[in-house]
Amino acid sequence: MRLLTHNMLSCNIKGVTNGFPLIIEAEKVLEKPVDLNPDFLRNMFHKVEWKALVDAAKSLGYSELPESVDPAMLESPEFLHRFHHALLELHLEEGALVCPETGRKFPVNKGIPNMLLHEDEV
Amino acid sequence: MSYRTAQIRLVSSHPEVYEPCDDSFALVDALLADLTNLLEHKPSLCIEVGCGSGYVITSLALMLKEKVPDTYYVATDMNPDAVRVTRETLEAHGVDAELIITDIVSGLEKRLEGLVDVMVVNPPYVPTPEDEVGKSGIASAWAGGEDGRAVIDRILPIADTMLSERGWLYLVTLTANNPSQICRQMRERGYASRIVVQRSTDEESLHIIKFWRDPEIRPSLKETTAPNSESLLSQFSRFSFWKGGNSGGSL
Repeated sequence: MRLLTHNMLSCNIKGVTNGFPLIIEAEKVLEKPVDLNPDFLRNMFHKVEWKALVDAAKSLGYSELPESVDPAMLESPEFLHRFHHALLELHLEEGALVCPETGRKFPVNKGIPNMLLHEDEV
Repeated sequence: MSYRTAQIRLVSSHPEVYEPCDDSFALVDALLADLTNLLEHKPSLCIEVGCGSGYVITSLALMLKEKVPDTYYVATDMNPDAVRVTRETLEAHGVDAELIITDIVSGLEKRLEGLVDVMVVNPPYVPTPEDEVGKSGIASAWAGGEDGRAVIDRILPIADTMLSERGWLYLVTLTANNPSQICRQMRERGYASRIVVQRSTDEESLHIIKFWRDPEIRPSLKETTAPNSESLLSQFSRFSFWKGGNSGGSL
């Protein structure tokens, strides 16, 4: 699971209001290089919750993202490289996503998060 | 080696996962028939709901790979075996998608509201008893409840929420699902529709329908839970004397 996907997921339990971002418990992290596309990153920059990405990257052991950002940074190749690496190249392979409100753990196995709910959570 | 669609011999399988069948082929043929438009559309985010064997999402990724290389693909299924099989099918074709085990798009709705450019759905559309819907394993791939509409009717409002302003939905339907009624219901949400592929087999007659927001169509309904009373209300609200003559009315 890439961190862009993590940035798209919230806890889906009925009644939970602060279900984003899910806290990452990482057991195994993979890096898979992919081509960098500046246009894609500029497009995604406006859709990503930055703080959630920074914290998620840290929980995977990557602390090179700046804490605060502004769109002018998208002109910097160094910034784009770091953003690209955090967003698309780091994968949570094994671990869990934890709801910040309830503490419910959603397992991630072989890179696939399982967001299925129990009957009493729907 | 590069393919235009997924190759059957490379599609992975599992006893509890629906194999590519006439409906899967019809959906991929619809995407191929609309490929020129898809390439111009340059979707940034594509989602397949109910990815099964992975035949459809793999085919879509292969079709767009060369000309729209940065599309982000997400595929979901409530059957964990299906999601694993989809992973294997994608890998066998050298393409990539993010996979999530979930019910329809549960967990993604909040953050992806209005961001999906293409949504592809081959839903469980076979009319069955209601209590067969959503069971674990392979039955979830086809059991559609009364008129086969139980899951389709849940997906339509979700698609409306998730699709971007320029978003498209491709949906597989069976004649028994009453596709013209589905089109009318989507029209009430402001969508135009077109049958991209129509195909009759020995067992079923399939329509692959494409939906998109049409600025000419003004949404008339927010919810379709009570169509009769709603449409009556909206008819009343069009009478200007009703609005002008009753300042206390909430219509």
